[in-house]
Amino acid sequence: MWAFLGSDVMFFGAFIATYLVYRGKSLVGPYPSEVLNIPITTVSTFVLLMSSLAMVLALHYVKEGEKNKGTLWILAVVVLGAIFMGFQFVEFREFAHLGLTPRTNIFGTTFFILTGIHGAHVTIGVIWMAFLAYSSNNGALRSDNALDLEIAGLYWHFVDIVWIVIFTVIYLISANDAPPPGMETITH
Amino acid sequence: MTTNALTFPRFFPRPQSETGIWGWIGTVDHKRIGTLYGITSFLWFLIAGVEALLIRVQLASAENTFIGPEFYNQLFTMHGTTMVFLVIMPLSAAFFNWLIPLQIGARDVAFPRLNALSYWVFLFGSLIMNAGWLTGDAPNGGWFGYAPNSGVTFNPGLGMTYWVVGLNILGVASIAAGLNFIVTIMNMRAPGMSMFKMPVFTWMTLITSVLLVLAMPILAVAGIQLQTDRVYGTHFFNSLAGGDPVMWQHIFWLFGHPEVYILILPAMGIVSEVLPTFSRKPLFGYPFVVFAGIVIGFMGWFVWSHHMFTVGLGPAANTAFAMSTMLIAVPTGVKIFNWIGTLWRGNIQLNTAMLFSISFIAMFTIGGLSGVMHASPPTDSQQQDTYFVVAHFHYVLVGGALLGIFSGIYFWWPKFTGWFLNEKLGIANWALMMIGFNLQFGPQHWLGMDGMPRRIYTYAENMGWEGSNLAASIGGFILGFGILLFIINMIYSRMNKKIAPADPWDGRTLEWSTSSPPPVHDFDEVPQVKYRDDFWFKKHPETISEYYHNEHDLVVEEDAPVGADDAEEHGDDHGGHGGIHLPDKSYYPFILGVGIAIFGIGFLTNTYVIAAGVPIFIWGMLGWSMEPVNDPT
Repeated sequence: MWAFLGSDVMFFGAFIATYLVYRGKSLVGPYPSEVLNIPITTVSTFVLLMSSLAMVLALHYVKEGEKNKGTLWILAVVVLGAIFMGFQFVEFREFAHLGLTPRTNIFGTTFFILTGIHGAHVTIGVIWMAFLAYSSNNGALRSDNALDLEIAGLYWHFVDIVWIVIFTVIYLISANDAPPPGMETITH
Repeated sequence: MTTNALTFPRFFPRPQSETGIWGWIGTVDHKRIGTLYGITSFLWFLIAGVEALLIRVQLASAENTFIGPEFYNQLFTMHGTTMVFLVIMPLSAAFFNWLIPLQIGARDVAFPRLNALSYWVFLFGSLIMNAGWLTGDAPNGGWFGYAPNSGVTFNPGLGMTYWVVGLNILGVASIAAGLNFIVTIMNMRAPGMSMFKMPVFTWMTLITSVLLVLAMPILAVAGIQLQTDRVYGTHFFNSLAGGDPVMWQHIFWLFGHPEVYILILPAMGIVSEVLPTFSRKPLFGYPFVVFAGIVIGFMGWFVWSHHMFTVGLGPAANTAFAMSTMLIAVPTGVKIFNWIGTLWRGNIQLNTAMLFSISFIAMFTIGGLSGVMHASPPTDSQQQDTYFVVAHFHYVLVGGALLGIFSGIYFWWPKFTGWFLNEKLGIANWALMMIGFNLQFGPQHWLGMDGMPRRIYTYAENMGWEGSNLAASIGGFILGFGILLFIINMIYSRMNKKIAPADPWDGRTLEWSTSSPPPVHDFDEVPQVKYRDDFWFKKHPETISEYYHNEHDLVVEEDAPVGADDAEEHGDDHGGHGGIHLPDKSYYPFILGVGIAIFGIGFLTNTYVIAAGVPIFIWGMLGWSMEPVNDPT
């Protein structure tokens, strides 16, 4: 799993590098400052980070052999992950409503593909965790094969950490990238 | 404790048969998967060879009208792509599969079903990539697929979409295989085999696998970006929307240069096994060869911009990359001296495998030297996009990687099949290949110096290039006859079987300690390893003091964890086949592979096909994860 994560680091690294190289290169709007909403995304980021906490607790209880608590915390990971995805879905729909799609401009292209790829990772993680919650409830996931959960946990934490980087790079750093004078596309 | 296992409804019974097509589709045996890789990539090799010969016919004379520019573009694109991704990489993978478990004394790879998945994904990816030939719309943007030239604006039609979808699917196969071999080599070595007692081929496989795992995702990023550009109209490489045309080059070569070492390191590993065996000496300077490999694998990441000296990145960048490029020649040179040192005063046996290996050293040195020449930006500005570069990389890839692979084929063939390839035909095969190869690519050095550009389907009559081009074309056909002779050799040797013993060459590494071909479970008893080249010293204990005269070495050997306790810790049973744990066969890797393939085809046709791939993918995944490795008996 560590080797796979190494591979995934290169994968996200190249996408994030693409985003940074293309930052501020859009020729038409909407521009980042016109669409990005830091407060809302901060909430979704918080939700995702809490899911990592739930993950740690889930692993702890599964290792202890406390089946019900373990199952519950794995379910908490699933729910928190799903909430994060919901935020992303609403955000994407909002952006599309404001006229920003992957085809609109360079910002749209790099933004949607990078966050979309991350979203796909979260989706896979949620399905994986849901499967593990089912196994835990069923008794197939026990303290003696908790490694299955630990490996899933590594993946989950990794996806979290990548989001911290993405949140920093896209939202915190470039949220103030305003359109050039006279190029404003959205009037609030 | 009760064990509740999850079950998934089965639509097929679990494959049991050892033979027939279902036996192959359900196989998880590393040796059979290696054979599948070998056969598939050899067929692609023949197709790529035909493409190359068509190119040579077209270039044999000036102003030739044998094939037109459009078809010519498709030919050189697919020749390059096929040779890199569908021939040399999977042929190396065939060797990894066959040899790694045997060389480290294991019964299979770490994840046998994942291994099968790698093969099926590779097969489907290669078919998708070549599907364009059937519609007359084969990829035509060069093996490096430079965007925006490969984008939909300048390259409409499906051609480059086949290419990029195929490449993305192949990437999945490579990453999965790389992960598998890293874990296998790190965790499944025989008791007593510490890292520095591993055979050099295993070392080179490990380094190659690390490179694969780290480099292929970068290619995947470039591929996904190009794919969304082509299919969904995003703007990664669209200069009209502010996209940067140099972007693709950076991403592609950041993958592309480590890729060069992915191609050559396995061949270096093969040569490092063949030369000591037929010189009857241990490899000269084993730690140097290993560390040189590691250094190459590391430094390979810092040289990519030497493919872009003429882009105009500025003198600072060009100087830095020129220096790193020249530096990487040092570890490569170290290896060449080690190989020569291995030959020095050896008791040399000149058979086909050895001839190929020695030719590897010579040809690879020529290719390496021309590489050092265009490490210098001013020189490179003269050589960029000329036949000099074509000559250079054919000397390293054909003269290097392919000769190494042929050496490996002749060397390990008796182990793979249990019978020898004919030596006389083998030597004729080697001689024709060497003559043809040098006649084909030698003259291209001066054609390039004279300014003949690459990728141009014809040239004017008054350039003085006819003679060299005709020689190259004749050389191409001689090389082709050499390969034909290899096919004849396989058929002839199959019909007149000369049975091989377990250890025909008096070999040094563990694969020679089991029968030829090896049993399904590889080793009756898990080998205990004490020395580097352990099998040799078991056969010739009198030579131990000769090579381990350094007292420090001996002390280390004594400290190594050897013994029965260790084997028990590994949970391996001694003795007969009955107690040996082997994974059962499974269809799920094939099903998952089909799902990925249909998913990929969807990008070429329409969204419904993508949607059709998803349930098959999920079926394969769920079935796989709930299938026990062994059914209860």
